[in-house]
Amino acid sequence: MQFSAPRAADRNATSSPPADAAPRTTVCAHCGLSVPAALLEPGAEQQYCCSGCRAVRETLLAAGLVDYYELRARFDDSAARAEARSSERSYAAFDRDVFQAEHVRRDGPLHRVDLLLEGVRCAACVWLVERLPRFVPGVKSAELRLRDARVSVVYDPTALRLSEVAAKLHSIGYPVHPARSEVQRELAKRAERKLLVELGVAGVCAGNAMLVAFALYSGASGDLEDNHAALFRWTGLALGWLSILWPGQRFLRGAWAAVRTRTANLDLPIAIALVAGGLAGIWNTVTARGESYFDSLTVLVFLLLAGRYVQARQQRFAEDAVDLTRALTPVGCRVVRSGAGGAATVEEITVEELTVGDRVLVRAGEPFPADGVIEDGRSRVDRALLTGEAEPVAVDVGDAVHAGSQNVGGELRVRVTDVGDASRIGKLMGLVQEGLAEKPPIERFTDRIAGWFVGTVTTLAAVNFAVWVWLAGLAPAIDHTVALLIVACPCALGLATPLTLAVAVGRAARGGLLVKDAAVFERLARGGRLLLDKTGTITRGAPALTAWRGDASARGAVAALERASAHPVARALAAALEPDAVPGVRATDVEERLDGGIRGRVAGRDVRVGSLEHLAGRHLRPTAELAAEARALEADGATVVGVALDGCVVAIAGLVDAPRDGARAALAALVERGFVPEVLSGDVQGAVARVAREVGLDPDVARGGVEPEGKLARVRALAAAGEPTVMVGDGVNDAAALAAAEVGIAVHGGAEASLAAADAYSSRPGLAPLVELVDLSRLTLRTIHRNLGLSLVYNGVAVAAATLGWVDPLVAAVLMPISSASVLALALLSIRRRAPRPA
Amino acid sequence: MSVIYIVLPLALVLGGGALAAFLWAVRRGQFDDLETPAIRVALEDDHRPVERRGPRPGP
Repeated sequence: MQFSAPRAADRNATSSPPADAAPRTTVCAHCGLSVPAALLEPGAEQQYCCSGCRAVRETLLAAGLVDYYELRARFDDSAARAEARSSERSYAAFDRDVFQAEHVRRDGPLHRVDLLLEGVRCAACVWLVERLPRFVPGVKSAELRLRDARVSVVYDPTALRLSEVAAKLHSIGYPVHPARSEVQRELAKRAERKLLVELGVAGVCAGNAMLVAFALYSGASGDLEDNHAALFRWTGLALGWLSILWPGQRFLRGAWAAVRTRTANLDLPIAIALVAGGLAGIWNTVTARGESYFDSLTVLVFLLLAGRYVQARQQRFAEDAVDLTRALTPVGCRVVRSGAGGAATVEEITVEELTVGDRVLVRAGEPFPADGVIEDGRSRVDRALLTGEAEPVAVDVGDAVHAGSQNVGGELRVRVTDVGDASRIGKLMGLVQEGLAEKPPIERFTDRIAGWFVGTVTTLAAVNFAVWVWLAGLAPAIDHTVALLIVACPCALGLATPLTLAVAVGRAARGGLLVKDAAVFERLARGGRLLLDKTGTITRGAPALTAWRGDASARGAVAALERASAHPVARALAAALEPDAVPGVRATDVEERLDGGIRGRVAGRDVRVGSLEHLAGRHLRPTAELAAEARALEADGATVVGVALDGCVVAIAGLVDAPRDGARAALAALVERGFVPEVLSGDVQGAVARVAREVGLDPDVARGGVEPEGKLARVRALAAAGEPTVMVGDGVNDAAALAAAEVGIAVHGGAEASLAAADAYSSRPGLAPLVELVDLSRLTLRTIHRNLGLSLVYNGVAVAAATLGWVDPLVAAVLMPISSASVLALALLSIRRRAPRPA
Repeated sequence: MSVIYIVLPLALVLGGGALAAFLWAVRRGQFDDLETPAIRVALEDDHRPVERRGPRPGP
C-alpha cells in the first residue's frame, strides 16, 4: 500500500545504523522516531520503536484507515513526535456507576460523554478520531475539538460499554482521560457566550446608530424636516440607551465597583463618558436641540467589548490546553475483595470509591491511588513529585506510601489508611486552595493610570464647564463639556491593552508557554525574587550517565540488560548506552533485585549491574583502581553502579541528576533581567548546594530539606516583607507555594496539583522558556506603554479641541476610530512581528 | 421622504431579526469552536459527524 512515510525527527541525534544492520531504515513505521537497536528485527520490512506503535499501526491497517499517514504528513508540520503508548491500560473503571454519574449524560436512548485524548496533534487526528463510528458499531458520532483535544462521543449503551469505547480510541493511538472540572468549564463557556451575545447586540446598535447619525449629518445643513430629524434622534436615543444598558452594563458595574472600593480601574472613565453622553443625549433629544453623540457611544461600547472578547478567547485557549495535562492522573485502581469462602477477587473501581481499610494492588509503573501501608511485596517508590527526592526509595512490608508517588519496582498490596482530602496530597491541595484565596492580586498597569486619568479629566471638565458658562451660558457649556467627556474617553487604551495582552498570550502559547492570566506579563516584566524548585526544574529530575570507567566493551551488554527495567537508573543507562547496543541482541533470564541490582544473560554472558554493596554481597569486588575511581565519583556526588561480566567486575558507571542543559545560561539571563534567584528543595542539602554551584548560584541561596509547608512559608514571609515572589516548580510539593506566590509557573512534567495552582505553564522542559516568557513580558509592557503614550496624544488633541468648542458629533465620530485603529496596529505589529529581544 | 417612517422601523426589524439569528446560533454553541470545523472542510471523504439513528453496519 502506497503512502508517504512520516517525517522523522531523530530522537537520538548520535545514533547511526550499525554496519551490519539489515533493514534500510531505522525509524518506526508509525511514529517516525528511531528504533532502539535491541528491538530491530533484521529482515522485517516495518520496524517499530515499541509495542505500542506496532499495535496502533496494525489496528489502523485492519480498519482500513491507513490514509491517516498521508493526511498526517500533509497537515502536521510540527517536529514533535511521540511513540504510541501501549494499550495495556484497562478502562474498566469507566463503567462504574460513580464514574458514569459524573461524566455521562443521557441523549435520548443514547449516552454522550466528553473525553480528553492524548496525542492529538493535527487535522489528521481529527479525521481519524471522527471516523470512529465507521469501524466501531454502536458509536453514533465522535466530534473532536482540536484546540483542547476533547472528543464528544455519542454511543448506544446497549451495544457497547464506555470502557470499550475508550479502549477503541486507545487502540488507534489516543489514550483516554476523563474530562475534568466540568462545573468551571461550564461557567467559563457561559461567560464567554454572554460576552459574545453582548458583542452582537453592541454591534447591531452601533451599526444602526451610525446610519441614523449619518442621516443627521447629511441633513444638518438644513434640508432635513423637523419631523424626520426627530425620528432619527429618537431612534438614535433608543439604540444608544439599549447599548448602554445591555452590553454597556459591564462597564457601569465595573465603575460602580471601583467607586465602592475607592480604587480606580479603566471602567470608570468609560462609564463617565457613557452616562454623561447618554443623559445629555436624552435632554437634547427631548428638547429637540443640540447634539447627540449616540453613534460615538455605541461604537465605543462595541470596540471595547470586541477587545475583551478577543482576550477572553485567547485565555480560554491557554486554560484548555492546561486542562488536558492536568487530567493525566489515574481514574481507576484495583481493589482486592475477599469473596465468599475466602477466595480473593480483584475488582477495578474508581479512586473515589476507595475507603479506608480497602486493599489495593499497585503494579510497577503505576501511581498509588491513596495513602496506605504495604501489606505484601517489596518495591521502590519514586517520590520525586511529592517530596523532591531524586532517587526512588526502597519500601518493604509495613512501610507507608502516599498517593501521588509512583511504584517503580514490583507489585505491591497496600492497605489504605487515608483517602481523598485526608491523604497527604489532599491536605496539600487544601493548602493550595488557601494559597489561592490569599493570593495578592497583580496590580494592573491600566488600573494604576486609570485613577490619574479620571482625576485629570473630571478636573478639566469642571474647569471647561465653568469657563464656558461664563463665556456663553449654560446650554453651550453643557454641550462642550459633554463633548469633552466623550472624546477624552480612553477608548484607544481600553481597546488596545486587552488586545495587546491577547496577542501576547497567543504568542506565548505558540512557544509552548500557556498563560492563564495575562496579568502575569506585567508582573514578570518587573523582575524581583525568584524561587526555584530543584528536582525537575533546574535538574532533569532523573539521573543521567556522566562517567564510565573500565571496560568499554561491556557497554552494549549493559544497554541490552537495562532495557528490561523501569528503574530511573536503568532507564538512564539504557538511553546513554544505546549507541553501543548491538541490533537484535536482547537480554534473557532477567532478574531484578529490589535491593538495587539487576542480572541477566546477554549474548551468552552473565551480566550483573548494581550498587557496589550489592555486588560485594555476591562476592564481586572491583579492582583497587576501579574502587578508587568509584570513591572519587561518589565524593563528587554521583551515584555509582558496578558492572560485572561473567563473575568479574569490569566497569563502574557514575550517574548524576544533572542540571538541564542551558540552566546555567538561563539563570544568568534571568539575573540580568532583574530577578534574584533562590533554590528551595525537598532533596538533601548537599545535593541542592552542589546543583546551585553548578548552575552559577551562590550555595547560600540554596536550601535543602524543605517540606511543602516550608516552601509556602517562605513565599508568605517574602510577601509579608513586601517582596512578592515568582515561584517556579513542578511537583506536588511546590503546589501550595505556586498558589500563594504572586506568579506561579509550573514547568514541564508537572503534577496535576501544580498545574492547577499555577498562573502559567511551560510545556517545554528547562528554564530557557522562562527567559522567553520574561522577554515577551517586557516587550508586551513596552507596547502597552507606547499605546498609552499614543492614546494620550490623541486625548490631548481631542480635549484641546473640545475645550475650544471645535468638537461636534461628526468630529468625535471620526476621531475615535482613528485613535483606536492606530493603537491597534501598533499593538499587533510590535508583538507579532518582532521577536522579543532583551532590552 | 415620509416613506422614512416605514423604512426606518423596517430596517430596525430586519436588524433585529439578524440579531435574533445570531443569538440563536450562539446559544446553540456554534461559536464555541471556530478552528476544527475549518479543518474538517479540508479533509477528504464524505465523513459527517452527525448522529445517526439506528444501528450502523460495520466496515
